This record gives sequence, structure tokens and C-alpha cells, in this order.
Amino acid sequence: MSVARSANKNAGPAKTESVGAEKRKAWWSRYGQSLKYGLYVITHPFDGFWDLVHEKRGTLAAAHTFLILFLLIRVMKLMLTSFQFITAPIQYINVFEEMGSLALPFLILCIANWAMTTLFDGKGRFRDIYMAMCYALVPYILIQLPMILVSNMLTFEEGSFYSVLLSFSVIWCVFLVFVGLMEVHDYGPGKTFIFLIVTVVGAAIIIFLMLVFFSLLSDAISYFVSMYREIVFRLN
Amino acid sequence: MKRLQRIMTALCCLMLLATSVALADDGFSTSYTYTYDYWDDVQESPDAYRVVEMIDSTTLGLDSLGGKRLNRPQSLFVQGDDLYVCDTGNNRILQLRREGNSFSVSRIIDTVYDDKEDYDLADASYLQNKEYEKIVAEYNAANKDLLEIRAAQEAGFESTEFTSAISPLLTEAGIDIEATSAVEEFIAGLIEEKQQAVDEVSERMDAARQVAQEAADQAREAGCRIWQYELWTVGEDGNVSSPLNGPNDISVDEEGNIYVADTNSNRVIKMDKDCRLLLEFIKPLDATFDQSQAFLPRKIVTDVAGRVYALCQNINKGLVKYENDGTFSGFIGANTVSVSMAEYIWKRYFQTKEQRAQSASFVPTEYENIYIDKDGFIYATNIVYSEGDLLWDNAKPIRRLNSLGSDILIKNDRRPPIGDVQWVEGGPEATGPSRLVDITVMDDDLYVALDRIRGRLFGYDSQGVLLWAFGTRGNVEGAFTGAVSLEHMGRDLLVLDQFKNSITLFQTTEYGDTIYKATEAYLGGDYDRSADLWRDVLKMNANYPLAFRGIGRAVLRQNQYEDAMEWFKLAHDRENYGRAFKLYRKDWVEANVWWIILIVAAVLIIPLAVGRIRKMKWEVSEHERSKVRK
Repeated sequence: MSVARSANKNAGPAKTESVGAEKRKAWWSRYGQSLKYGLYVITHPFDGFWDLVHEKRGTLAAAHTFLILFLLIRVMKLMLTSFQFITAPIQYINVFEEMGSLALPFLILCIANWAMTTLFDGKGRFRDIYMAMCYALVPYILIQLPMILVSNMLTFEEGSFYSVLLSFSVIWCVFLVFVGLMEVHDYGPGKTFIFLIVTVVGAAIIIFLMLVFFSLLSDAISYFVSMYREIVFRLN
Repeated sequence: MKRLQRIMTALCCLMLLATSVALADDGFSTSYTYTYDYWDDVQESPDAYRVVEMIDSTTLGLDSLGGKRLNRPQSLFVQGDDLYVCDTGNNRILQLRREGNSFSVSRIIDTVYDDKEDYDLADASYLQNKEYEKIVAEYNAANKDLLEIRAAQEAGFESTEFTSAISPLLTEAGIDIEATSAVEEFIAGLIEEKQQAVDEVSERMDAARQVAQEAADQAREAGCRIWQYELWTVGEDGNVSSPLNGPNDISVDEEGNIYVADTNSNRVIKMDKDCRLLLEFIKPLDATFDQSQAFLPRKIVTDVAGRVYALCQNINKGLVKYENDGTFSGFIGANTVSVSMAEYIWKRYFQTKEQRAQSASFVPTEYENIYIDKDGFIYATNIVYSEGDLLWDNAKPIRRLNSLGSDILIKNDRRPPIGDVQWVEGGPEATGPSRLVDITVMDDDLYVALDRIRGRLFGYDSQGVLLWAFGTRGNVEGAFTGAVSLEHMGRDLLVLDQFKNSITLFQTTEYGDTIYKATEAYLGGDYDRSADLWRDVLKMNANYPLAFRGIGRAVLRQNQYEDAMEWFKLAHDRENYGRAFKLYRKDWVEANVWWIILIVAAVLIIPLAVGRIRKMKWEVSEHERSKVRK
């Protein structure tokens, strides 16, 4: 250990720079690999999800990328899809609200799933669950992005093609979530199914608690604010 | 810690956003005239109509004419330049004549006349009819008795029905209520007895009906026109006359024959232009008509063949239809009863018998008002429905009935024609959805409906697209407190207010007129002129979807596909946009076909070529290497 450190010390500035560059390069290549691995996961979900966490084929960076892409594409879909296929009141859309209303439930579901499966010998850590869920979003990204373009090339009567593909992407995603959680936790299909339902219930509880917490918080704040005002009023 | 704080703030903001989705527009437009846009938001618009004349007792000079002012008038009718007003509270009908924009009373109809011969003829059949009515009353009483005892028996000894219906009879017969078997036997006997009584009366009733019907037929063959015998009196001059009693509606045909729904006298009168009786339409003797109900015709319409359709109070089987000779020929256009699955399950399996008895039963509701258009289709409005049914077109407040009584109203807009699309739920006056109390249909199937709740008028084109909405509650000109009736003279609209006892005459503004002209031009096939007119409309109201669509159609016909797409996009018209886009796409592909082929070829060929080159390189290098190894 000490030898290595001293060796490093002797290496000089030029060398550390090259090591850093190499590291960065390695990181980028690993990142690229893990992005590419998304394609493998969605076509070979059983193998893919197992290796994703157990063989460390996936990276958190790639997972973040997929989630962000998913949110971006969702917003792009609302904004850019031909008006023939979507009824979005563009004048009222708030991009951050739209993204938040997807990202927040997504995270809450991850948390709920982690909280529940931890208690019932699920093997996945939070990081694994999050990664599996993010990788499951890849079909949505791959299909919906070109469909935005396609929607601008179709007429209203030809819409069935469009809607079939859209539903296909969503079904695929749901299937991937199912398989992903199964592999991550090393559960059987039945147990996974039950825990999907339990997760939804858990998410509902979390949301309820959050609402209670925030409403109490705002009450408490307003209590102190009014007390402060009262005091200031009396002192004057 | 700081990060946690930041996340919390973000969450807080999100929660706030979710809860603070502000209360949307409530349909209380700030402007007098408005329309709804694609997103159901109120869009202010220029006035389509303006008040040009207020007609009331004073302007008509009714104070000097016998001193009777208008009193709760209920209905308007227009025939040519004549406006008929049912002055229901005064049991009379005013005939007004229009000259320019002013109206004057030309006649007051309050009595119908007939000759002595007819009166004598009516006597016989009328007496038979009275006999029959007596037996009907007897039958109803007997039947009621029987039903009461049945209900008491079913409800059991402990019930209130039992103590009220059977206990007195038991004490009378000297039977102890504790002796169960004796009581049961007694009840069985009682039911049998009552049943026999009902059967007996029922037989007599059938016979009496036959007799009454025959007498009526005979009288009719003999040319009798009077049926409500006791309402007629012989005057000193030998003329027979009968006063109107609460006339609620009037209809006048091309020849000048007048039809009056004489509600409180239980009849519909047909008279000629000199007020001499032609026919009296009365309660049908038919078994399909519930004989225990009074016959109260509230609204009437007549078609070109002289058939009369009467909307009767408390009759929910539809409109009562009479042939032109006065015979009853059935009901048409009953409201259908719809029960949702959840409602049915709730009522059937979860409610107790008492709850079920107390809750409203599933019966169809009667219409509020009717109007017959030039093609003989009856427009009916309906004001009894639940709010939730409106937007999804389950309530159908406006219907167009064909001869079979089914609704054939065209609804091609995003929302069905229901009046206001946004409203405040519940609460006191002027809340809740529009209640359309009258409707009038112009010659080109444009129709206007009148909302009682907010005193508003809603104009729709033949496709069910809202042209404009205007009006408000209040006492100023152009506002209403008790709007009950609506009529049109050409494009002018007349609204009757039953509390203000006045009639308001509206005339189109330039804006309203241009809309009409554009619609007419389009229906007449003059699409280019229609587009020009729609452009004029846009100059006055830049936010008018119908204009976008109208221009789009015309532009599409001139093969300017891209422009057409733009207009249709503004109008949110998907079908037409698709049509224009298809043509545009075809043109585009034809113009750029070589580019497309080139790009496709490039996409296909370049990777192939690159692969081939790489392979060749690899082969060469392998070859070189194998040489070296050798």
C-alpha cells in the first residue's frame, strides 16, 4: 500500500494527468458500454437484468441518462406530436411540472419497492432497483422518439398504426419492469407480482404521509408566523 | 442536510402546484356575448345580437285596452308578420302585428265560438263519456283498496300498513289479532273479495269504454266537434261559446287555423281564423293513456298535415299525437330510461325494501318544450337530468325527433349542444348547468336555445357547433329574470320573460349577420364567398374556430394544402387537417421523389460498401500476415 503511494508520489504531475485522462477514458468507455447494454437488456430481459446487477454490466450514469431521456421524450411528445394524435393544451403545459409529475412517482415507486422487498428477503439494493427500473424505460425511449416524427407524417385516419406502436412500447416497458424486479430480487413470478401490488400500496402510503407531513408543516409554520406577528403587534 | 432541505422545498413546490390548480372558468362570462374555444374556455366575442325593441304592456297600450296588463305570459308563436303571445294569466291570446320594429295589438283571442247544432250533437256522446269516467274512478278506488291490502299482507303484522289497512277490519269482524291462522284466513278471504270487486268493475269499465267510444265515433261521424261539453254555454244570440282557460301554447298554420293548448280546460282547440271551433282534442280514451291522470296539454306543435303533437304535464310516455281528424294515434319520442350498472347493483342488492321505495324510481322524464321545423322534425328540450351526464352526451338536453321518435340531432363538435360548458355546481340561483326551456329553429337548421337559469341564448349551426352565446340575468335591456319562450322572425329573435312580462326583440349586428351569411354561402355551395365572409368575421373576432374551419375548407378547394393545414390546425379540425395533409404529403413525395430514393439508397448502400471495404482490407492484411508467417 505504502509502496504504491510512494510510487505515485514519484510519478510527477505529467503522469497523474495521464492517469486521470486514462481513468476518464475508461469511465467513458464503460459508460458507453453500459448504454449499449440497454439494447441487450430489452431484448434478453432475463439474462440482461441478472447481469445488469450481478455482473455489474450496468452503470448508474446510464440509468440516470435513461430516466432523463424518458422525461425529455415525454415532454417532447406533448409538445411536438401532431395535434391530430394528442390533445395537449400547450398553452397550459409547464415543462417542469410535467417532468416532475412523472419523476416523482417513479422515485416513490422505487423507494416503496425497496422498502417492501428489503423486509421480505429481496436481494436488490436500492441502487439495483433504480437501475433496473431505468433500464426498463429503454423501449419507451426507442419507440416514442421516432413516433413523434412519424406522427407528423401520418393523417388522422392512419392513426391506428401509431396507437398500436405506442401501446406496444408501454406494454414492453411494463413487462421489463416485471422481469427486472424479478431478477434483481431473485423472486419467482408470483412473488414479484404480489410485490408489484404491494409496491403500489406502499407508494400510496408514502404519498399520504408526505401530504400529511407537508400540511402539518405549513400549519406549524403559519402558527409561528402568526405568533411572531402577534408579538410584534403587542410590542409596538 | 442542505441537499435534503432543497429536496424538501422542491417537493413542497410540487405539492402546492398540484393543489393550486385554480378553479377554472365557471361560465360566468364577463362579456355579454361569448363562445367556448376548443379547450372549453370562455372567449369574449363581439355582440352577435343587439336589443332593438322592448315590448311590454305599456308599449302595446294594454292599459287603455280594458286595463289588463300582461300576466305571466308563457309562450310566443310567429306566423309571418304576426306574433302571438299566450297571456296565460289573463286567459287570453294576444295577436300582435309587426310594422318595422314596432308591434301593435291587432286582436285579442279569449273565446272560441261554435254553432248550436254542434252543441246539441255533442250532448249524447258527452253523457256516455261522463258515465265512463265515473266507472274509471270506481275502478281506481277498488284497485287501490286491493293493492293496499296486498301491501299490508306482505309487510307483515307488525307494520304500519297492516295496522292502518287491516286492523280496523279485524276488530269489525271480531277476530283477535293474536289468532294467526284465523287472521290469515280472513285476509285471504278479503283479498279474494276485493279481487272480485276489481274484476267486476274492470269488466264494466271495458263495456263502458266501448259504449263511450261508439258514442264518440257516432258523434264524430255526425260531424260533432265539441267534446268538453260542460265548458260550453249558449249565448243570448244563440251562439255557443267557450272561454279559454289558462292557454299555455299556440300554433297557427299557413291557412290561419289556430291551435291552442287550453291547459286548464284539458283540451287542445283547433279553430279557424275567425275563432270558430273546428276540432276539440281531448284526453284519449285509449288504454295506453293513464286514465287516472288529468289531461294537461302544455305545449303543442302542428305539422303541415294538420297532425297535432301535444306535450302534456305528468305524461312521460312522450308526445301525445293526434291525427288531423282529432283521433289519438299514440305517443312518440319517449325519453329513454338509462340505468347504470353500478346504480342497478346498488338498488337491487344493497338497498332495503324501504330505501328502494323511498328512492326515486326509474321513470322517463317529460320534455320541457317542443318546436317543429320546416321539415316536420320535432325539436325537444329537456331540463331534467343529472349534471354529470351532460358533457358526455348522455343527457341530451336538445333532441331532434324523427317520426319514430328517435333522436337524430347532428353533433359534430367536440361538445354536444348543452348550453354552457362550464358552470358552478350546486348552490342557490344561477348555478348548475343551463336549463334549456325553449328552442327555435331557423330555416337552414340553425337553432337557438334559451337558458332559463342565466337568461342566455345559445345559437348552434346545423352541425351542432356553437355560433355564439349571449345574455345574462337581470333587469336591464337584454337581460332576463324569467325567460320562458323564444321565437324567431327571419333572423330576428324574440324572447318572452314571464316575470318582467315583456318581449325583447333582438336583431343581428354586423358580426352576427356576417356569420349567418358565411354559413348560408357555404350551404349554398359558394365556398369562395363563404371564405371571404369568414375572413370578415375574423376581422371582428380573431378567435373564432368556425371561421378558421370555413376558410380552411375554401383554401383546400383551391388546392393550397399547406395554408389549409394551417387553418385546420387553428380550428383543431383533425379530419379536415388529415385530408389536407394527405394531399400535401402526396405532392411533397412526388416533388422530392429523387431525393428520397437517393437518401434511402445512401442509407442502404453506404454501410454495405463500408463493410465490404473493411472486409477486403482485413483479407489483404490477413494475407500479408500469413505470408510473413510463412
